[in-house]
Amino acid sequence: MSRASDAALEERLGRSRAPFARLRDRWRARRLDESAWDELEETLLAADVGLATTGALVDDVREAARRARVQDADDLGPLLEAAITRRLDAGRDRSLTTVPGQASVWLLVGVNGTGKTTTAAKLAHAAHDRGERVLLVAADTFRAAAAEQLAAWGAALDIEVLRGAEGGDPASVVFDAVQAAGARGVDLVVVDTAGRLHTKRNLMEELKKVRRIVERFPGALTEVLLVLDATTGQNGLTQARDFADAVGVTGVVLAKLDGTAKGGIVLAVETDLGLPVKLIGVGEGADDLVAFDPPAFATALLG
Amino acid sequence: MFDTLADRFDVIFRRLRSRGHLNAAAVDEVAREIRLALLEADVNVRVVKSFITRLKERATGAEVAQSLSPAQQVIKIVHEELTTTLGGTVATLRRPSQPPAVVVLVGLQGSGKTTVAAKLAYHLAAQGRRPLLVAADLARPAAVEQLQVLGAAAGVPVSSDGTDPVAVAAAGRAEAARLGSTDVIIDTAGRLQIDDDLMSELARVVDAAGPHDVLLTVDAMTGQEAVNVASDFADRVPLTGVVLTKLDGDARGGAALSVREVTGLPIVFAGVGEKLDDLEPFHPDRLASRILGMGDVLTLIEKAEATFDAQQAQATEAKLRSGRFTLEDFLDQMRQVRQMGPIQNLMAMMPGVPKQLRDVDVDEGELARLEAIICAMTPAERRDPSIINGSRRARIARGSGTSTPAVNALLKQFKMVQQMMRSMNRGPKGRRRLPVPGR
Repeated sequence: MSRASDAALEERLGRSRAPFARLRDRWRARRLDESAWDELEETLLAADVGLATTGALVDDVREAARRARVQDADDLGPLLEAAITRRLDAGRDRSLTTVPGQASVWLLVGVNGTGKTTTAAKLAHAAHDRGERVLLVAADTFRAAAAEQLAAWGAALDIEVLRGAEGGDPASVVFDAVQAAGARGVDLVVVDTAGRLHTKRNLMEELKKVRRIVERFPGALTEVLLVLDATTGQNGLTQARDFADAVGVTGVVLAKLDGTAKGGIVLAVETDLGLPVKLIGVGEGADDLVAFDPPAFATALLG
Repeated sequence: MFDTLADRFDVIFRRLRSRGHLNAAAVDEVAREIRLALLEADVNVRVVKSFITRLKERATGAEVAQSLSPAQQVIKIVHEELTTTLGGTVATLRRPSQPPAVVVLVGLQGSGKTTVAAKLAYHLAAQGRRPLLVAADLARPAAVEQLQVLGAAAGVPVSSDGTDPVAVAAAGRAEAARLGSTDVIIDTAGRLQIDDDLMSELARVVDAAGPHDVLLTVDAMTGQEAVNVASDFADRVPLTGVVLTKLDGDARGGAALSVREVTGLPIVFAGVGEKLDDLEPFHPDRLASRILGMGDVLTLIEKAEATFDAQQAQATEAKLRSGRFTLEDFLDQMRQVRQMGPIQNLMAMMPGVPKQLRDVDVDEGELARLEAIICAMTPAERRDPSIINGSRRARIARGSGTSTPAVNALLKQFKMVQQMMRSMNRGPKGRRRLPVPGR
């Protein structure tokens, strides 16, 4: 999926790892004492890793340091990296599924403003580039001009966009789109849904209905992707849990990772909820979506 | 793990209340718990540190040593410190002597700038002012269309004239002069605070706009980065305040504490929903109360005041006390409460409502059924339910589209309420105290 070169990605993620890099500088040639452990904890908390996961990681690293008889704070870096990578279970399936010979449907869900529409356009663009027939569906009938936003992407990327009337029923838009896709030999249908807070019952019910509608086409729904904003704090875990409970999330897209936010909450999302992070968003361009790679993520985080 | 800050404080203070004295060890324990709670609420680690230091200094000082009620004292101190950190008094927008007042909205992508711009315009128009919206976000596809749609819904003109944001801002000011607008609200493109080119562009937009207020929109769900975002934006443009958005979710808004502490900027508004009127002035003491599990009592009282007719309320209270409370009164009460908004939202604002209860799904349909049952009764039946015999019950059930057991359940419940009211009136005098500590 990636076309951003590794070097360019490194450069972008480099912005994200400044605090860890600073931590490493501070640790250089220092004895391993309690203050180093405090700094380790603080750094993880500052990366939105969260209390529980931070505690577990620090315990892991303490245990590893004890076994390896580590004397210098400098040596904590690789141990922490290993602990993070282990937690992110490199064996988890992070691929995106499609079914050959029929229109596969990917639903994008999430709270307001995380980057669903942009991610939908990026996903469609990547599939289009692979030579697949793609249909973008604007099922966000609530937000003013949301469909126009997706239509503008479609025009720029030469991808067909189907949309419903503003204020219309999103489920019926999706039904028509999936039906049309089947008739027209479309390979992939990427559905952009309206942003909704996971606490709004009626809106979550509406989303469930969209899922049920897609399920009327047996086997069509292959991915339900939750788009999380990398700047999100601990609420990200609640978002992931509630969306997973409601519509069976199959994977997470961590958007806006090109900023200074570290997206540390995905550690808890993966380990506590078992939801794999599949992709990361690293910019506003159509190509700025790359596969999530746990060791690279851990390394990038640690600088 | 999913406990909110308020729930955490609930646990801490329940334990505190059961303690006779507050010694140094207890202060330490409380401080540790509060640290954890604040971190879970996304308050920045550095901000938590300074907050805890201040708290410990105050709590272990003479104030508490001389106190007869240590728990009350600590609650008061934490509340005061939270309120101070959040900004003390209510902040407002600047009103220049020469209109128009110009506001520029800035922030990260997806933080809610466009929605806030429209809400602000709606808010000002509702006050009888003549705002103009300026769509200077030319980066996000269809952002201009979005503001045009929202502007039309708010009945506010939208200007977007030019091919670069600086020109659009300047043209917006000219248009405001032509229209005689009292306020100009400029929506800008979302950008990362570390994107040097875009931040320079933003500085030029702000220069061209000559604003009286530059507001940073901050998503209430933001984590630790809120601090860096706010301080970097403040370095590049003359920020005057913050709008905290998406506060209607279950995020406790630790970002607000962080931003306020680090930048000293007041939080001017809070976004609490997707509708145009879902913008409220930000009240630091109320958020502090909410964080402390004391409930958003003030908001609740204001809502009640706006909804209830004071005289009618007094009459009802008198009836309650005398035990002459009828089903008709019950119907009135229920309708008034429902006018205040969904019961779920009211529950969230009430102090001392446990988390389990806050999460309970209130079946608004059930309330509608109760209303239907009472409406199916004759006035005589409502005044004296004891006349409702078997055939009347069957008629009421048919008339309300419910069943006889449902009618029976309502009558039984109402009887219990009446009995409770009578026994309360016979009980010891004196009002029940609200669980709000002194300020």
